[in-house]
Amino acid sequence: MANVFTSIGEWVNERAPGMMPVYRKHMTEYYAPKNFNLWYYFGSLALLVLVNQIVTGIFLTMNYNPSAAGAFASVEYIMRDVEWGWLIRYMHSTGASLFFVVVFLHMFRGIMYGSYKKPRELVWLLGMLIFLVLMAEAFMGYVLPWGNMSFWGAKVIISLFGTIPVIGGDLVEWIMGDFLPADATLNRFFALHVIALPIVLLLLVVLHLAALHEVGSNNPDGVEIKKGPKGNRWDALKPADGIPFHPYYTVKDLVGVGAFLLIAAFIIFFAPTFGGWFLEHDNFIPANNLATPSHIKPVWYFTPFYAILRMIPSLFGTAVWGVLGMFGAIALLFLLPWLDRGQVKSIRYRGTGFKVALGLFVVSYIMLGAVGAGVTAEVIPAWFGDVDVTFWENLFGRVMTLIYFGFFAFLWAYTYYGWEKTKPVPERVTTHD
Amino acid sequence: MKRYIFPVALAFGLVVGSMPVQASEGGALPHAGTNVQDQASLQRGAKLFFNYCVGCHSLKYMRYERIASDLGLTEQDVMQNLNFTGAKFGEAVVSHMPEASAAKWFGKAPPDLSLEVRAKGADWVYAYLNSFYLDPSRPVGWNNTVFPNASMPFPMWELQGLQTAVMTEAKPGEEARVEKLVLSQPGKLTPAQFQQASRDLTTFLEYASEPAALQRHHYGVWVLLFLAFFTFLAAMLKKEYWKDVH
Repeated sequence: MANVFTSIGEWVNERAPGMMPVYRKHMTEYYAPKNFNLWYYFGSLALLVLVNQIVTGIFLTMNYNPSAAGAFASVEYIMRDVEWGWLIRYMHSTGASLFFVVVFLHMFRGIMYGSYKKPRELVWLLGMLIFLVLMAEAFMGYVLPWGNMSFWGAKVIISLFGTIPVIGGDLVEWIMGDFLPADATLNRFFALHVIALPIVLLLLVVLHLAALHEVGSNNPDGVEIKKGPKGNRWDALKPADGIPFHPYYTVKDLVGVGAFLLIAAFIIFFAPTFGGWFLEHDNFIPANNLATPSHIKPVWYFTPFYAILRMIPSLFGTAVWGVLGMFGAIALLFLLPWLDRGQVKSIRYRGTGFKVALGLFVVSYIMLGAVGAGVTAEVIPAWFGDVDVTFWENLFGRVMTLIYFGFFAFLWAYTYYGWEKTKPVPERVTTHD
Repeated sequence: MKRYIFPVALAFGLVVGSMPVQASEGGALPHAGTNVQDQASLQRGAKLFFNYCVGCHSLKYMRYERIASDLGLTEQDVMQNLNFTGAKFGEAVVSHMPEASAAKWFGKAPPDLSLEVRAKGADWVYAYLNSFYLDPSRPVGWNNTVFPNASMPFPMWELQGLQTAVMTEAKPGEEARVEKLVLSQPGKLTPAQFQQASRDLTTFLEYASEPAALQRHHYGVWVLLFLAFFTFLAAMLKKEYWKDVH
């Protein structure tokens, strides 16, 4: 058997001698730092979810009907009459939410260990583009089941473009292809969701990995292993603290895959709606432009940005500030490599100010999510009784919005004026499994 | 081990943090206590649905054939005892009520109930079924505390009996509200029996809103066991491979 594989390998190699070096460069001779911890699972897990979304998505398109008249019924057809259709659909819907879970954790890892800093700015920028495309992809996918929240969510999000001065109104009509989200909207969102955006996403993922493999991975110590001592068991010229990605990290990531799939399978089989967070109650009602849901809100992964939009008041007779704030919240993440001028990468050796600021940033992000999802609107009267809910919600949400933006302002000032007191960074990585 | 504590605690905190929200979504509704695995309850609920509900409400995504196979019934059981519309065994449960006249009679066509439990929650449906009361001020003579001014008359009154509302005293500038419901005329069932009947009906509707729930529960445990075994093997493999990393 081994001989068969070897001879097939030789046969291919004679005809395409360029393939083996590519494999070596990215797998067996890609030297990754040996001190990756739990936070380093989420990159490979994001890739796994992407593959899951594409494969389950292909099967869903086989029975989905992208029309306003047939979309909702076709989803129920998949859930009831298509063999294993329910599993495919739950894998896709749960995958969508878990995609954001792993991507958020992956991004947090990058901020925590300074993975966006020189020389990895391009890796970060490409990653942020992936995040942006992923949000567009998720939004359009959410519209496809044509439930009532799909409809009203689409209406609210698209009408954001209406706040742009002068061209806003025409732009909204152009995006929808109608005066309301309708057949034309659903058709184009389907085309974008299943073809255009996935292609862009795949291309960006390839570029993200290619850019990473040029500069090499960062690590929890923020040590540049390429600048450290040379020579390991496999190569005298490669970093001493590096180990081949394959087989070391492929087997390690397999453990992460198993644990992740356990969580995913638990949700898919025992809590597919996740208490109304992954599949919302109002989306089991067909789209109806005459019946507005009592609380229009996006799915949980958009709620922090939605809260920023809601918390910024209209000024000078236009609501465009909220929209600018929402997009600005994402734009600032793009700029992180240049806002943060600190030389020390990892949180392990950074100043207390950074640690506190990052903690507050995470708290503000989660709390903004709670505001956007309508949690605060429920909790405030439940905890504090008969108070002015709108006033206190706005106050809380605006404080959290200030903390969110304050993180970036603080990080710039903290590093630009040299207020940060860092600890010495070690020469070599400090731990490994 | 120590370095895993923070991320694990974070994940745990996020999950637990989201729990109160799920719990509070139902508001102050009583717990329906349904169990779609309980086939006897499903069968009783199906019987209630086809005796009291299908006259007006459809289950347009639910086929008779599927009900038979999932509820452990024969084709004969279903076609003779549950199917009163003359639909074929493979067809969906569609009410005979013409939608246009229904809208005229009730002000609004009775909604399809295929996804009612997924849209409103089992607790809501259960509470709704228990909260009808006589209200002469309404066009059809019925009102509901869970869904005020619902346009639906209550067909199961002969089982539950007739409930009437005890109103609070109207404060100036405010309308009187329903303080509680009392059973002014008993029905064929005792209150406890009716609660069980409405629970059975809710269970059937919960099943109808997601027939796949039966398969999910059936396969889920095995998938988790397999994945646990896979993860264990992967962890052993990783340990073996990483022995020589110094």
